[in-house]
Formats: sequence, C-alpha cells, structure tokens
Amino acid sequence: MAISMPGAAGAGTAEARAIPRGRSGGHQARAASGFLALSMAGFLAFTILPIIGSLVMAFFDWPVFGDRTFTGFANFRTLFTTDPVFRRVLGNTVLFVVLYLPLNIVVSMALALWISPRIRGRGAYRVLFFLPAVTPMVANAIVWQLMLAPRGVIDSLWQSVTGSSAPNFLGSTAWAMPCVVIMSIWQGFGYNMLVFSAALDAVPTSLVEAAMLDGAGPIRRYFSVVLPLLSPAVVFAVTMTLITSFQVFIQPYILTGGGPGVSTETLVLYLYRTGFEQFKMGEAAAIAWVLFGIIIFVTAVQFLVQKRWVHYDD
Amino acid sequence: MTTDVRLRPRPTTHVETPGRSRHRKGLRSLFSQALLTLVLLFFLTPFIWALLTALKPADEVFTTPPKPVGSRIVWSNFADAWNYLPFGRFMVNGLIVSVGGTLVVLVSSTFAAYAFARLSFRGRDRIFLVYLSTLMIPQEVLVVPMFILMQQLGWVNSYSALILPWAFTAFGTFLLRQFFFSVPRELEEAAMVDGAGRLRVLLQIIVPIAKPALAVLAVFTFIAYWNSFLWPLIIVNTSNMATVPLGLDMFRGQQGSQWHLMMAASMISMLPSVVILLLLQRYLVRGIALTGMGGR
Repeated sequence: MAISMPGAAGAGTAEARAIPRGRSGGHQARAASGFLALSMAGFLAFTILPIIGSLVMAFFDWPVFGDRTFTGFANFRTLFTTDPVFRRVLGNTVLFVVLYLPLNIVVSMALALWISPRIRGRGAYRVLFFLPAVTPMVANAIVWQLMLAPRGVIDSLWQSVTGSSAPNFLGSTAWAMPCVVIMSIWQGFGYNMLVFSAALDAVPTSLVEAAMLDGAGPIRRYFSVVLPLLSPAVVFAVTMTLITSFQVFIQPYILTGGGPGVSTETLVLYLYRTGFEQFKMGEAAAIAWVLFGIIIFVTAVQFLVQKRWVHYDD
Repeated sequence: MTTDVRLRPRPTTHVETPGRSRHRKGLRSLFSQALLTLVLLFFLTPFIWALLTALKPADEVFTTPPKPVGSRIVWSNFADAWNYLPFGRFMVNGLIVSVGGTLVVLVSSTFAAYAFARLSFRGRDRIFLVYLSTLMIPQEVLVVPMFILMQQLGWVNSYSALILPWAFTAFGTFLLRQFFFSVPRELEEAAMVDGAGRLRVLLQIIVPIAKPALAVLAVFTFIAYWNSFLWPLIIVNTSNMATVPLGLDMFRGQQGSQWHLMMAASMISMLPSVVILLLLQRYLVRGIALTGMGGR
C-alpha cells in the first residue's frame, strides 16, 4: 500500500537527492542494472504485465477456453444493469464495511488504551490479542463455523439456558452478515490495536500531565489532547482498514459460502465465482477494476481528509 | 520536538495525592488488569474451544449442554488428522512455498532496495515511483490475468506458480529502501576506500546492519504466504499440491462432519504462525507499528 505511517514515507527523498553524481555515474548505473535485474524482471512479469492484462481483459468476452472477443464496456454494463446479483454483492460489501470499520476502530482503540503502561505484562496482552491476525484465516473461520453451527457450543449453551434452540446463525439472512462481521473483527482488529498502541506510547506524557494539572478529566484529556495527537494514526488505520475490508473474501467463503441466498456474497467472492467457477474471465477482470476504483476513491478521500484535518506536529 | 519539553523537570503527578488515594489507584489498576484478563480469556475462547474439540471422541463434539471435555482425551485425533488428510503433505507444501517465497522476496528486495537507496542512475526516482504506485493495487486485480499467465507458462498446479507471482511486489523494496537510508553512508565509503566493491559492501556491511528490517520483512512474508488462500484456491487443482489453508478447505468439503479432526488440523495449521509470533514478536510488533501492515 502506498499510504504509510507519516514519517515513514518520504523520509529518504531529501537524502536520495544528495547522492554524488558524475565521476562514478556510469559505474553506478552498471552496478544498479545488476542489482535491479532480478527484482525488475519479476516486477515486470508479475505486476506490470498482469495489470495491463487485467485492464485489457476487462474489455473482452474472455472464456478460459475458446475465442475471446472485444466487447468494449459490455462487461461493466452487464454488471451494473442486467446482472441480477452484482448490485446486491456491491451492497453486501458496503454493508460489511459500514459495520466492520467503526467497530474495528473502536475495539482496537479501546484495547490499545486499556493496555496502558499501568498494565503489567502489556507485551503479552498485545501479542495474545494479535494472535488471530497471524493464524490462518481459513482455520479461524472453520473454528467459528463450528461454534456458530446448529448444535454448536453457542446453540447448545442457548438451549440449556432458554430451553429453545438458538437462531441458525449462519443460515439466516438476519444473522449471517453480523456473524461474518463479528468474526472478522475478532480476527483482524489486532493490526489497528498495535498501530494505536505505538501511537499512544509516542504521546508525550508531559502534555497529558499538564492537562491533568489544569483539571481536565480523563475523557476530556483523551479527546482534547491524546486524540488530536493520534489523528495521523487514526486516519492511517481507517484507510488501511477500509481498503482491506472491501477485499473481504475468506470469512464469507468459509462461514456462509456467500449465503443464505446471496446475502453475504461479497465483491471478491463474486469475482472468484465469476472468473473461476463460471470461467467468465473478462467479467471477473471488470469486477476487479470496480474494486480497484472503489479503493482509489477511498484513498483519495483519505488523502483529502488527512490534508484538512490531521494534526501533524512537524 | 519533545526534547525541550522533556528536559524540563517533570511535574510529578502524585505530588498532592495523599497515600490513601494512591492506594485506591493501585486497587483500581489491579481491577482493571483482572478485567482485561477476563476479556482476553473470552477473546481466546474460539482457540480454547477448538483445542478442546480436537481432543474429544468423534461422537461427543455436539452435546447439550456443552461439555468442555469429552469422556476421554483423544490425543490420537491429531495423528489421525495428520495422516487422514494428507495433512503432512499440506504442511510440507506450505513450508516449501512460504520459505521459498520469503527467500526470493528477501534477496530480490535487498538488491533492488540498495540500488534505489544508494546508487544513482537515470530514471531511478521515476522507476521507484512506478514501484510505489503498484502498492495500492489489490491482489484481486492481478489474479485473473495471472491465472492466464500461469497457463501460458505451463505453471498451473506447481510450486513456481504458488511462489513467484507474489515474490516481486514493491512492499519489500519499499520497506528496505526506507531502512537503508538510515545506515550511515560513511560506513560504506570507508569500505570502498579499502577496495570493497558494491556487492561486498551490501552483503558484508549493509545486510548485517539491516537485520531487524530484514526480520520484519521475513516475518510478514512468511505469514502472508502461509495463510494465503485465494491464489492457491485458483491455481492448485490436486490435493498433493495444496497448501495448508487450501487443504483445510478441501477437507471441509469432503469430510465436513469430522469436526474433531477438522479442529485438530486447524490447530496444527496455526502452529507455525503462533511459534513465529512468539519468537519474533519484537520484530512483528515493531514492523506493524512502523508500517501499519504486513499480511493484511
């Protein structure tokens, strides 16, 4: 991702310009071509070529086998007009993002604050809350599938308390999406928690103490002193989370298979089905570019927001 | 920017706090810690439940009310899952792909990052900008044409197809380039005066200093390969080439009712990630604090 923590990016540009040129210029260019050969070859073959390929394919009717024909914007037109599922898929994805993003930010911020320097062994807490973010998402989702299944642990607890069975969480249109969201938050909030933890640790204690001496309570201190200092980290976390949450795939694939009906079918899940189950590669490429368009849009908005609202201290 | 502030004698917060209030504060933080521990345990429930289920006899997975422990502890579930699935094979495949991928990423990005950070050549900044701009492109944009490319190369269902397509993304080059800027130039210059070539400078001076950054990159890359699912799902079509997540999914499709074995297999699949997290948490946590990503 091109967006990085403020301070990390661009740190090198000034120094890069200071490289002495001249005398050893030709020699350095020769060395550089050797050093870059492997990376550039791979980059051209496996990044640039597929990008161009993807763009081209989006304008073709491109079956896996058989003839491909140029169809202009037909793939996009089909998706947005005649395709009965795509708009629902888009809606599902947006719904997922709208539920997932704020909950993720709140949970990760709350835990980052809670695991304050006053907590003993805070490194251990951080690592354990981060654990599901590194274990295979497929395995995590399978575990949740077992817990949420009818007669699974949640259902049987429910039964022993209320006497009647719990809703079929993953098989009901009302519950499936919330379950996908909750599982995803459990799985993924660790990243933002670590980002916020690091940002919180960088807040100068003297500022907080000064506010304390001025009589500001903990809530006032958080919103007036700490949060403004955290704003670059928050904008960054929001953007990263937005981008990755539009790409949600494994959770619905494992938990619900996109169902019931198409109620949890997301953009990437639909892309996979279109391209690799129905073998309509051109249409799949078009879906990918819709996704990319959304990501570009979100990033552009983030950039504007950052410019206007974020407090940087340099 | 904080140095001058910090140099001032810090106003001690406890100055006017009488002893009793400090005592209360200690109690409160003890309470806070206890509550946090409860939250953590609740948070870890899925892992705990998966482990407990993995140790149950097949017919005691579903019970009402739920029983944490079955009538006997069946350690052999793990062995059964291992042999039954060919889970051992998935683990070997996963290790080959993850270790291989990590090595390629480390080597190619180290060289490229050094060239971008230290050498001057025409078009350098423009080429780096192209690298940088591809960081934003989601994998999903690439998988469709990548599949066609793999078909053309005859790589479908091979280790090359699992490793190479994702080994040259710009992230590693970007991360290491940032780090190389922080290495004092004088170190290199001294070595070069002594007659060392660029390659020796890179391998004997820069790389040892850059170990923490390389560790961050290695951890991120390994975990990303190990957990990767969408691409293996697309490019692998026989179970003997499956990586661990794909193997779990295949097994789920065929033997969905064998939950005790599924849980045992899931637990095994998590092991490498857990070991890496525990051993290299310092690098991982620092890397995420630094870049805010890695594997997500």
